[in-house]
Amino acid sequence: MAKVKGDIIIDIEKCKGCELCIEACSQGSLERSRQVNNKGYLYIVKVQDNCTGCTNCALVCPEGGITVYRKTVDGKKQIAKIDNVNQDMNIEVNE
Amino acid sequence: MKELKLMKGNEALAEAAIRAGCDAYFGYPITPQSEVLEYLSREAEQRTGMVVLQAESEIASINMVYGAAGTGKKIMTSSSSPGISLMQEGISYIACAELPCLLVNVNRGGPGLGTIQPGQGDYFQTVKGGGHGDYRLIVLAPATVQEMADFVKEGFELAFKYRNPVMILTDGALGQMMEKVELFPQQERKFEELAWATTGKSANRQKNAITSLHLKAEQMEEVNIALQKKYKEIEKNEIRYESINCEDADIIITAYGLVARICTKSAQLAREKGIKVGVLRPISLFPFPYDVINKYANKVQGILDVEMNAGQMVEDVRLAVNGKVPVEFYGRMGGVVPDPEEILKVLEEKFVGAAV
Amino acid sequence: MNEKALIDDEHFEHTLRSEHTEIISPENIVYEKPGTLLDVDMHYCPGCGHGVVHRLLAEVIDEMEIQSEVIGVAPVGCSVLAYNYLNIDMSEAAHGRASAAATGIKRVLPEKYVFSYQGDGDLAAIGTGETIHTCNRGENILIIFINNGIYGMTGGQMAPTTLEGMKSTTSPFGRNVSTMGAPLKITELVAQLPGTQYVTRQSVHKPGNVRKAKKAIQKGFELQKQGGGTCFVEIVSNCPSNWKMTPIESNHWLEDNMLPFYPLGDIKTPNGRK
Repeated sequence: MAKVKGDIIIDIEKCKGCELCIEACSQGSLERSRQVNNKGYLYIVKVQDNCTGCTNCALVCPEGGITVYRKTVDGKKQIAKIDNVNQDMNIEVNE
Repeated sequence: MKELKLMKGNEALAEAAIRAGCDAYFGYPITPQSEVLEYLSREAEQRTGMVVLQAESEIASINMVYGAAGTGKKIMTSSSSPGISLMQEGISYIACAELPCLLVNVNRGGPGLGTIQPGQGDYFQTVKGGGHGDYRLIVLAPATVQEMADFVKEGFELAFKYRNPVMILTDGALGQMMEKVELFPQQERKFEELAWATTGKSANRQKNAITSLHLKAEQMEEVNIALQKKYKEIEKNEIRYESINCEDADIIITAYGLVARICTKSAQLAREKGIKVGVLRPISLFPFPYDVINKYANKVQGILDVEMNAGQMVEDVRLAVNGKVPVEFYGRMGGVVPDPEEILKVLEEKFVGAAV
Repeated sequence: MNEKALIDDEHFEHTLRSEHTEIISPENIVYEKPGTLLDVDMHYCPGCGHGVVHRLLAEVIDEMEIQSEVIGVAPVGCSVLAYNYLNIDMSEAAHGRASAAATGIKRVLPEKYVFSYQGDGDLAAIGTGETIHTCNRGENILIIFINNGIYGMTGGQMAPTTLEGMKSTTSPFGRNVSTMGAPLKITELVAQLPGTQYVTRQSVHKPGNVRKAKKAIQKGFELQKQGGGTCFVEIVSNCPSNWKMTPIESNHWLEDNMLPFYPLGDIKTPNGRK
């Protein structure tokens, strides 16, 4: 299996701090910020550099506020496969 | 060549809908207007491809009208008094969302379940609101089977001209009685993409939303102001009435729909007795011919308003007359139709006997 | 000690400031907001499932490339403003009447895709008649039914789908089925009608469920093109504000309480009953 590395951008102004993405992230990459956005919400930020680009955070985000990036270590792009809808995506992590 | 037919009012109305190029009719059976749905079910689809659907209730029919009218097509429904009551919420939505459509009320005696005989007890409901909020329907009141047909075409034209629901307010007698009617030729069903309609957002335009929801008070007021402006415009342009022998009249009878025809006979009988009586028949109940009646009030001794209700349009007649001359009222209720002689008798009692 | 406090402020600020990795580049995007979901703030409470379902709708519309062929109907309820968020033609509708309005649209524009997006109060209480008869006529529309067991917009009153014993502002001591009736499984009910071709119950409380829900919505649109009857997709959703829980708690509660009564999965498919 290809080794992958991911990253995300959270639109912090859209974020309402519901924390569903924190719960959905199996890597524990996300945390609540100490600062509020313009709406007054404590938005979510990525605090660990261990993202796999699995898209789970974006899937559960009610605001459509997360963009997910991913590439394999050999530089090839790996498209998110959502065909297997019966289980959450598991991707081997590049340690 | 003229196409003359002997038809029931309801059937003439249904035939006119097909010929006017109506795209869809949604309705629910209720006496005395079920012939509209029956006639259309029989005739419409095979002749023009018009959609005819019997809904599960009047509430469903008016909301089907709401959805379909949002596409900019020619949509109509019809019902009778209790059914029209059920539709009022939807009518209010349609008026606020400014959807053109044609509604028909074949008025029966009420209140409540009432009777299936003709009545005019829905004047207030139709002309003054009925549903919630400040809105107006354009209301046309036919007096003949011919007008039952003609007003369908005219109603659709007005509806699209002003993006406003139009209601034909008729009654059970006109719906059921047969008269000869000259039918207008079949118009083509054509679909014009209207700028505001919800037909699917193409790449070259912004999305459209049909809505009557405006959560900010100021925004809702703006919508109201725009609606009122439109209603003023309608009042300026679309007043329709028939004046029968009013020019030299000493007394004028005001009446709409079927009753106006009966009163025309009363006026004729009065003239045979030497009493100069004219009949003023408002055809558009909104907009109401206030100015016309006000002008006649300058030269007549009195006005008798006759209706098949407890006195509804008479309030508008009094507003029009504004105290210049006495306005008397005579009404029959519950489905009873007055006859020409009894109206003449009332007229004599109120005006001649009272030595006006 | 709070776990969050373990991340010291200095580290936190550093993370916020740090340059994004070279991965963040357009060619590496694997998930982004669909274009049909407008770039505006939605009015929904934090963690509400409506936003997810809106996004899924937009994703399906984009992937099927049917933006110009879709007309949606959103009636009174929390989602009545859906037309502000989806870049498609939409109609608001009176409370309970969405499926009637959708019927009207579909009948005069049969070649278009028409969907209604209704809540439980709308679809299963005031609009039950319209729902049943629309499904019974087999209108070729997609009905999306958001079931969160409560009236959200009006502030947390009991809905037809409120669970037995569940508290709301109008069942403050819990829903008593002997006086208030039992929760209504309208989805199972419409599956009985010959007019429906696809009836399914999904949720969006976990990533895997979000994926399945999307598949169901997509199937609903695809089947509509072929005709054959009404497609009915129920989404069991949360209402953190009126359930008086955090969004995470509400999703756990949903899983522990809603799903046992409203089990997920296809109830009826065009190939036969499941």
